[in-house]
Amino acid sequence: MRIAVCIKEIQNPELASSSFRVDEARKAVIPLDGLLVISPFDEQAIEAALRIRDRLGAAQITLFTLGPKSSQGAIKRGLSMGADAGIVIADSEFGPLDAFGTATILAHAIRRTGEFDLILTGRQAADWDAGIVGCGIGELLGLPVITFARDVRIADGKVVVDRMLDDGWETVETPPPCLITVANELGEPRKATLRETMRASKKPITQLDAALLGLSPESLGSPALRLVRNRLFIPKKESTCEMFAGESAREVAQRLVQRLTAAQLI
Amino acid sequence: MTNRQVLVAAECPNGAPSALTRELLGLARTLAGADGTVSAATLLGGEESLIAHGADVVFALGEGSTGDRYLARVWLHALGELLSQHPHTYVLFGHTALGSELGPRLAFRLKAAIATACEHVEVLEGELVATRPCFGNKAREVLALKTAPSLVTVREKAYEPLEPNPRRNGRVVRIAVSPDGAESVRIVARHQENLADAARLETAKIVVAGGRGLGGADGFKVLERLAAAVGGALGGSRVACDLGWCPRGWQIGLSGKTVTPELYVAVGISGASHHLAGCGKARAILAINTDPQAAIFKDASYGVVGDYKKIIPALVEELEKERSAQPT
Repeated sequence: MRIAVCIKEIQNPELASSSFRVDEARKAVIPLDGLLVISPFDEQAIEAALRIRDRLGAAQITLFTLGPKSSQGAIKRGLSMGADAGIVIADSEFGPLDAFGTATILAHAIRRTGEFDLILTGRQAADWDAGIVGCGIGELLGLPVITFARDVRIADGKVVVDRMLDDGWETVETPPPCLITVANELGEPRKATLRETMRASKKPITQLDAALLGLSPESLGSPALRLVRNRLFIPKKESTCEMFAGESAREVAQRLVQRLTAAQLI
Repeated sequence: MTNRQVLVAAECPNGAPSALTRELLGLARTLAGADGTVSAATLLGGEESLIAHGADVVFALGEGSTGDRYLARVWLHALGELLSQHPHTYVLFGHTALGSELGPRLAFRLKAAIATACEHVEVLEGELVATRPCFGNKAREVLALKTAPSLVTVREKAYEPLEPNPRRNGRVVRIAVSPDGAESVRIVARHQENLADAARLETAKIVVAGGRGLGGADGFKVLERLAAAVGGALGGSRVACDLGWCPRGWQIGLSGKTVTPELYVAVGISGASHHLAGCGKARAILAINTDPQAAIFKDASYGVVGDYKKIIPALVEELEKERSAQPT
């Protein structure tokens, strides 16, 4: 079984809102040093791949990422979790990319690397929260797409997926190959162990770029003709919280009930 | 100006349009303008109600049941055929499990621009312009979609449905969709969560929700007493659901439900922006948290710094005292 996992390195989304800043003129987030992580849903996609390998006893897991040079860090963390190989595609020569360009490059790199039984991605990257690229890779490769997986397993040669619905979940199956997006319901990804981290330094990391892939910015179309970001901003909040305190919980409760009743909220 | 043709992918579980579908029809009418047309595509009935809620044309694409076929794939194939016969300017989806997969997949097939999880959509100089939360709801981006058609998925509770008018005129067009030979994904089992709970969460005037600060599943028993005392529904943060302290169907936030009660009681919830995406439209938030620095106090109207295990039982006692003092 060969599994490809597409991951993205982003600024830690758990960072407090107070340190989050955007440059409205450039319509970009102001980066903070040293806080890069694998997007959490993508980390769960790696975990899903590792669980499949744990159950099957054998599987080859290749990580793909598209981004700046620093993205190699995300690949190294993924290898330390237990993945077998990494491919870093430098985004510098492609010009501005939208979801279509990103999916096209990743699909191209996956196809060029070899045959995969499974392609896994997070349900969305936790920076732009768009959730488009994973589905796009599946469409471009002409594969069945299964979204929001909370469990992925192989049974009788079929890929079996439990996936989240709005009002519950369902189990679906398909013969491989297919593309699966993984949801947070999959659960905690494993941490890198010292042993795996030591081994990771010996695992292969391949560098690709536009020339090696035979792709040009032109071949990705003009993103600006499809989608233009007019603005990026942080919504303003006015803090007007009325605090309630007292000698005892009872006193606090009395004041609260009075206030909420006066405001006709209860 | 050319007439705008707006298509709504109408989710009609049990043969009736969902609340979000009705909201989309309201939005579609605004986007279509005075001269435009609003169409709705349905697989599973609901034609009359879709017309009453604002559709001029209903495209009926199926025979009522999708059986064991993967729903997004059935839709994708049917909408592809519909759009090749009847082009539309804008296509609207609900940002549901179905819509958030169907929208992007269809966008790639049509080479069309898409914006997902939008909370505001308007037409400016003929272009669809969408505002959506990003960076875990910390920021908003405004995107202009430049392709025809343009696709958006829209978050629930962002728009008001129209008052249904059973006498509205509209026509139903039945389209026979060819079989989809390439489809390989089959549904082998389905597990529905307690639908009554979910429905209550959507309509309750008061929602009492718990997060990591509850310290364990038992915390929800404390919240349950408060919910019972005020006739409210229970909800949870993503962390509380991930830890298994409450059912997944209770999850409120960016990747869960959006609720709009009069009063939202946030207990032991730090107030991460992705949680606020699901409760920020409540008329008022009461936050109870031991951490005076918790971000939730920035969004709350009322706050208590303290141990919920003491505050909530005291609140319940006061509420019961009030109630017994009042003639009913």
